[in-house]
Amino acid sequence: MRPFSYERAESPAGAAAAVASRPGARFIAGGTNLLDLMKFQIETPTHLVDIRHLPLRAIEDTPDGGLRIGALVTNTELASHPRVKRDYGVVSRAIVAGATGQLRNKATTAGNILQRNRCPYFYETNLPCNKRAPGSGCSALGGVTRSLAVIGTSPHCIAQNPGDLAVALRVLDAGVETVGPDGSRRAIPVADFHRLPGDAPEIEVPLAPGELVTAVTLPKPLGGSHHYHKVRDRASYAFALVSVAAVLQRDGTGRVAFGGVAPRPWRVEAAEALLPRGPAAVVAAAFEGATPTADNAFKIPLAARTLALVSEEGRA
Amino acid sequence: MRFETPAGPNAVDRSTVVGRPVRRIDGPRKVTGTAPYAYERHDVVADPAYGWIVGATIARGRVVRVDAAAARAAPGVLAVLTTLERDALPPGLRTTLPLFGGAQVRHYHQAVALVVAETFEAARAAAHLVAAEYEAASPRCDLAAEAAGAEPVADRDGPDYPAVDRIGDFEAAFAAAPVRLDAHYSTPDQTHAMMEPHATTAAWTDGRLTVWTSAQVIAWHRGSLAQALGLPKEDVRVESPFIGGGFGSKLLVRADALLAALGAAAVGRPVKVALQRPLIANHGTRRAGTIQRIRLGATRDGRLTAIGHQSVNGNLAGAFAEAAVAPTRLLYGAPNRDLSMRLATLDLAEGNDMRAPGEAPGLMALEIAMDELAETLGIDPVALRILNDTQVDPRKPGRRFSERHLVECLRVGADRFGWARRNPVPGAVRDGRWLVGMGMAAGFRLNLPFPSGARIRLARDGRLTVETDMTDIGTGTSTILAQTAAEMMGVPVEAVTVRLGDSDFPEAAGSGGQFGANNATSGLYAACLKLREAVAARLGFDAGAAEFAGGAVTAGTRSVPLAEAAKDGPLVGEDRITYGDLDKDYVQATFGAQFAEVAVNRFTGETRVRRMLAAIDAGRVLNPLTARSQVIGAMTMGVGAALMEALAVDKRHGFFVNHDLGGYEVPVHADIPHQEVIFLDHPDAVSSPMKAKGIGEIGLCGVAAAVANAVYNATGIRVRDYPVTLDKMLDRMPGAA
Amino acid sequence: MGSAVTTDIDRREVVAGAAAGLAAAALPAPAGAQAGGPLPPALPVSLTVNGEARRLVLDARVTLLDALREHLHLTGTKKGCDHGHCGACTVLVNGTRINACLSLAVMHEGDAVTTVEGLGRPGDLHPMQAAFLDHDAFQCGYCTPGQICSAVAMLDEIGRGVPSHATGDLTAPMVLGAGELRERMSGNICRCGAYSNIADAVAAVAGSTP
Repeated sequence: MRPFSYERAESPAGAAAAVASRPGARFIAGGTNLLDLMKFQIETPTHLVDIRHLPLRAIEDTPDGGLRIGALVTNTELASHPRVKRDYGVVSRAIVAGATGQLRNKATTAGNILQRNRCPYFYETNLPCNKRAPGSGCSALGGVTRSLAVIGTSPHCIAQNPGDLAVALRVLDAGVETVGPDGSRRAIPVADFHRLPGDAPEIEVPLAPGELVTAVTLPKPLGGSHHYHKVRDRASYAFALVSVAAVLQRDGTGRVAFGGVAPRPWRVEAAEALLPRGPAAVVAAAFEGATPTADNAFKIPLAARTLALVSEEGRA
Repeated sequence: MRFETPAGPNAVDRSTVVGRPVRRIDGPRKVTGTAPYAYERHDVVADPAYGWIVGATIARGRVVRVDAAAARAAPGVLAVLTTLERDALPPGLRTTLPLFGGAQVRHYHQAVALVVAETFEAARAAAHLVAAEYEAASPRCDLAAEAAGAEPVADRDGPDYPAVDRIGDFEAAFAAAPVRLDAHYSTPDQTHAMMEPHATTAAWTDGRLTVWTSAQVIAWHRGSLAQALGLPKEDVRVESPFIGGGFGSKLLVRADALLAALGAAAVGRPVKVALQRPLIANHGTRRAGTIQRIRLGATRDGRLTAIGHQSVNGNLAGAFAEAAVAPTRLLYGAPNRDLSMRLATLDLAEGNDMRAPGEAPGLMALEIAMDELAETLGIDPVALRILNDTQVDPRKPGRRFSERHLVECLRVGADRFGWARRNPVPGAVRDGRWLVGMGMAAGFRLNLPFPSGARIRLARDGRLTVETDMTDIGTGTSTILAQTAAEMMGVPVEAVTVRLGDSDFPEAAGSGGQFGANNATSGLYAACLKLREAVAARLGFDAGAAEFAGGAVTAGTRSVPLAEAAKDGPLVGEDRITYGDLDKDYVQATFGAQFAEVAVNRFTGETRVRRMLAAIDAGRVLNPLTARSQVIGAMTMGVGAALMEALAVDKRHGFFVNHDLGGYEVPVHADIPHQEVIFLDHPDAVSSPMKAKGIGEIGLCGVAAAVANAVYNATGIRVRDYPVTLDKMLDRMPGAA
Repeated sequence: MGSAVTTDIDRREVVAGAAAGLAAAALPAPAGAQAGGPLPPALPVSLTVNGEARRLVLDARVTLLDALREHLHLTGTKKGCDHGHCGACTVLVNGTRINACLSLAVMHEGDAVTTVEGLGRPGDLHPMQAAFLDHDAFQCGYCTPGQICSAVAMLDEIGRGVPSHATGDLTAPMVLGAGELRERMSGNICRCGAYSNIADAVAAVAGSTP
């Protein structure tokens, strides 16, 4: 970990300005991902702006019947919130499927959706990685790939987005609110928040320097039954091999997104429209054009089987 | 004390303290966080400097240059030691690998530099500034590819470790057998993943080195450090009172100890070094992956006529083979046998001991093979094993087992587990979305008699202090030593203080190979006999006739408080247990029967263990509380081996990719159900005066196969390549809809 | 049985840091032992640890874990991985369990930290510590402080309605069944494999069925 200077931010816009004005400055809140990466010098901020005490910790109803979640709401607080449990079960379930009680107590809503990937080669700092050292190459290609993405990849990167919450947010068509260094605010649909690697895998989210995520918004509840099934080798404390987030309606329609399979939460609206025809049809359409490796090709049939399980839960 | 003939009745048979569920005497310290481990010795070393190890980033080749200038100039840095500044230091004991010095790189994350700095943070940051250049050669690290060129293995050590075992005419008998099984199995590389990383605090005083480290066998660490540093071993002191797990990883000195010593010499100040967790899997040792072929020939009524077991694994040149065929030598009878091993050269971390080396991976294969044979024969798996039990060493039918109660383990275990309720038809039992199955396996592990010494002192106040360089790696050794002393001297366990893990104390067997408990307590037994003699002499008793009980020494009508013997000064008894040839006359071994019930999600193939039970025959159980812990811990490790544990090799670069506790998955709470353990009560008079045997490893033997067999029973899918993960089953799982 | 006896590690001389003796003459001469530049400026942080106000001046890079272990000499909190993969460093901050390894000490200004040393002492054990002892819910002891801190906090989380992956109905009252207990403790790895006994110990304290 390289030395850095440290300050505590007084306001969201002030924090954004503080980060924007200093090259190499970063926000820190929960720190559970950033500090891990700093220890490896994968992240090397020169200045940390501590936003932990900013007033971004509320969960409040929005006028349209939805919910606005402050960026600093911890994963535990979010999963435990009565309205989230009642109206957005897929969010609660996705959160508690991830990490551990300790980590969820510290990790924040914004930090969670901003977490970086867990490709082992991203962490192997002496080997090339286009996310870590743009242009150096992708060591995962031809390497150990069982956990990595099967679709949405590029010849420059096959890392998967490891998140759970983000998959649920994608199903709900959540939004991400930000404030810029100049105090300007904007909202980004979560569908546009996580980028595919293309030829610039190092750019993972569409945030400008200093732009601070202030909230995540959920539209008014969808009703239906909420599901999050995460498949992994051990029963807990592991990233998804495949996960399925779904909101299913009694008429057989619904929404579905997959985690652990792509560089971003993987939802194909045209594919989910096939839900009434069964999970195989949905997965065939959602994974059309997939480019799995021999080691991770199982993820596609696993996605179909997991969706079948979720569909059965929905009928129960 | 030389133990040459089977033990008769002795003081331990009273079992007033030994054999009782005494809570750990070091427990209050452990549950309050006041037991200091190697990196935490603020009590003995003030203000140490911090070391950070830089690992090689190639698997095979040479270090051409190490540029440490930037690191040396970095804030807080006191020194940087690089591997090119010295010749390769001699390897330690029981390893082939120099830990530091010279240009040659033999595996990934071999130490190439040590940064020493004022603070942990400064050392870690400066380590990133050390730039090493390499000439890399193409690493050999694909076992399947290298197996073809593997060399036959010669014998390792001990009468029960022959690498080649050929009896009768295997080929003819196998060809003629009415029922045959011929299958290949593989087990992956595993890492110990003990919770405390290798760690050492080192200090020099007047040319003598003291290391506070995390060592399973003090004498091996002391000898290894002396050898590597060119010091007489008297000038090396090793202290290791608390050890945060080992499982074999801490049998060998690693670079933390050697480089802490070198670093402390370089900066003239104590230095502490812990191996950073991501370094351990590639820097330390591993359980070597194997490819095994098993051939079983049987009569139609289930009697084995031929057993063939071949295993190949890979290791660094000069290192030893994983003795996977070892359990097959002695577990089942069959007149025709062909067991052998081959060893390939691989440029991976050194393959070495991990809990139940040989037996654990060997039984992972053999006990699936037996399950397969049972199904082919239409015989219950428990019954098949009972049918093929042997009471003699198949190589030497005149050589009996000292005590062997495998059949009782199988029967009692099956009964208590409810094995009779198992549906032998695979895939037939459903519970909602779960397919449910039961599996079982037999377990076998040798008991190893090793010399072990101890000293016991009776103080004026009547307290007893035991001193031995024996270690307690979580096994409960300190507690069973206290129990042994209390039993022998007739005092409550509270009157005993146990001091372990110091090379100034008498040399003990150490912790490993499940040889710790029996040997260390036997060494103390011998020392207690010496102390009894001294007490009797001081008080004017005949040592043979005096009874030590209730805090007093009694003979006839005369009874004197034990403390009375030390009123003019402490009395000391010191001795060492050594063994004659009883292990040549008798096979000494421990046995187990493992049972598991699993549920496999019929959609996703996720396997969850629902119930587990072990029935164990391991001689006298010295403390049922800590013995149970040994067995449930091993069962847990067995679940890991069955369902998730595997080091993933990057075959291009020659390293284990998942070299941390995030990537290398070991079981968590949610993976482990309630576990039941049954101990049979068969003290073994041939093993030692304690009549105990090892217990730390038998609990692992067979577990993974029991789980894999349960998965088969649940699903009808036979996976022969561990771990049994869902990706190996999905295409054979029943339809999901 | 009592538990008064312990491995004796109390009588040792302390080796002073800079005053330690010189290296063995047999060793190769040290290379480049000159010191590098000065350390970065340190920052003050005040926090309450186990009920006691502590003021530290720390390099901003020091984690809460290393502040406890290396600066306050509270080594009960363990470093198993330093990357959030094991849970050995679990402590309570303002009553909530976190991994101390993934937290900067300077970010804990004003916080109340409870470590295993703050729960109880030998001879005056917290009920959870006593239950671990009674059920032999540990072996090597290295993950144990984290398990105990985690268990104490976990019972509190149940009371606060925090759901887990094992929770059936999210909106129903939380009940600590066997599945809930095991899932909620899954952030604390025990390689000695004491899980079955840990579950018994925690259930005994919680008054539930393991």
